[in-house]
Amino acid sequence: MQPFDDHPETPSQTAGPYVHIGCTPTFCDINVYSGDLGASMKMGPVKGEEITLTGSIYDGLGGALKDALIEIWQADADGLYNAPEETRGQADPNFTGWGRSPGDMQTGAFRFETVKPGRVPWPDGRLQAPHISVWIVARGINMGLTTRIYFDDEATANAEDPILSRIEHQNRIPTLLAKKTAPGQYQYDVRLQGPNETIFLDI
Amino acid sequence: MKNNTPRRGGFMARNRAGHPTACHPPYKTSVKRSPQAALLSYPSSLSEESGPVFGPDVLGPLDNDMITNFAAPGEMAIGPRIVVHGRVTDESGRGVPRTLLELWQANAGGRYRHKKEGYLAPLDPNFGGCGRCLTDEDGQYEFRTILPGPYPWPNGVNDWRPAHIHFSVFGSSFAQRLITQMYFEGDPLIWRCPIIGTIADKSAAERLIAPLDMKRTIPMDARAYKFDIVLRGRRQSYFENRREGL
Ligand SMILES: [Fe+3]
Repeated sequence: MQPFDDHPETPSQTAGPYVHIGCTPTFCDINVYSGDLGASMKMGPVKGEEITLTGSIYDGLGGALKDALIEIWQADADGLYNAPEETRGQADPNFTGWGRSPGDMQTGAFRFETVKPGRVPWPDGRLQAPHISVWIVARGINMGLTTRIYFDDEATANAEDPILSRIEHQNRIPTLLAKKTAPGQYQYDVRLQGPNETIFLDI
Repeated sequence: MKNNTPRRGGFMARNRAGHPTACHPPYKTSVKRSPQAALLSYPSSLSEESGPVFGPDVLGPLDNDMITNFAAPGEMAIGPRIVVHGRVTDESGRGVPRTLLELWQANAGGRYRHKKEGYLAPLDPNFGGCGRCLTDEDGQYEFRTILPGPYPWPNGVNDWRPAHIHFSVFGSSFAQRLITQMYFEGDPLIWRCPIIGTIADKSAAERLIAPLDMKRTIPMDARAYKFDIVLRGRRQSYFENRREGL
């Protein structure tokens, strides 16, 4: 019989403690490139509500990771992605939709200057609640962790979101919510383990 | 502007048996950094099927050459000179064109250029340890570097990493985002390494070992290693190319 699976996905390996050398070299004083990719998500004046997203990633002992790399990918304020895959219209050309943060050198806290995303359709046409896709890598994380950030001030949209509404343990949903702390300011922490372990996704 | 191009199918489910287990106690740091609850599985949406794209404009002329990209003018990094090349495809065997690869590695003595790195092997003043390149229309990539050295690391009392190059690959969708490591054929440290040991399926781990490629070796200059990479694939069928309700 012919082999069934000719092209299995290449296995993941941990990003290790020095992921910043490869992904944010300017951040660690290796000045080979003209700057770090993803350091800014705005190429000029952007449409919509500009927000700041801050947070930390905590391990199972409650310590904040100081060697993680977090990437986010999101739609613009109108719910359009700045990507070839987007066929519904032209996304804000000044908004890349993709950000990458190495975290603060001392505390590991990450920070993104971005915009509140609009709503994006689910495959069946229903609208998803505003959300940001998240990918986290670090030493000790053997395969990048995928999750999403939703917003705690979007109760109506969240209630009809195809993912949030299908989560069995509804008491875990707050782990996916960025909390509005001030106008334009949101706090979002990730817990890798423990009673408030973040919901991680397999999409 | 409305475009009614039918969407391609969603991503095929990941076969996690070919990947590392999240918690692998011989790799100590993984114990408290691995989620304990099961991942929640969902079909992909546009949010995962789209992703950032980088063009040649982000690349500098030396980005794909770790031998010179950090070196003083006229100088070169010390170590055995190698070329690493291969093809990035998806699980259907289709080349992934124009996608960004980011690379990082230790120098020939096994030392990283990083504040938190304390190994006593010296830094090479002409080696930074990072590089990047884009695949071509067919998914092929190539870069030049020096053979990285193995290095000891604080895990067990006497654990050594086999020589390796770290790879970060974007693909064309955020769902394809992958970080992995390439190892070198014949390295006796490979099967002693707790990080490779995170992959229970030995045949999967074997796919991270690049063979020496004498056909691409540059005589009197650099040896070559071939490392192909497979990213997640999307379903593509006649029946999925229909718009909703048809
Ligand atoms: Fe390494």
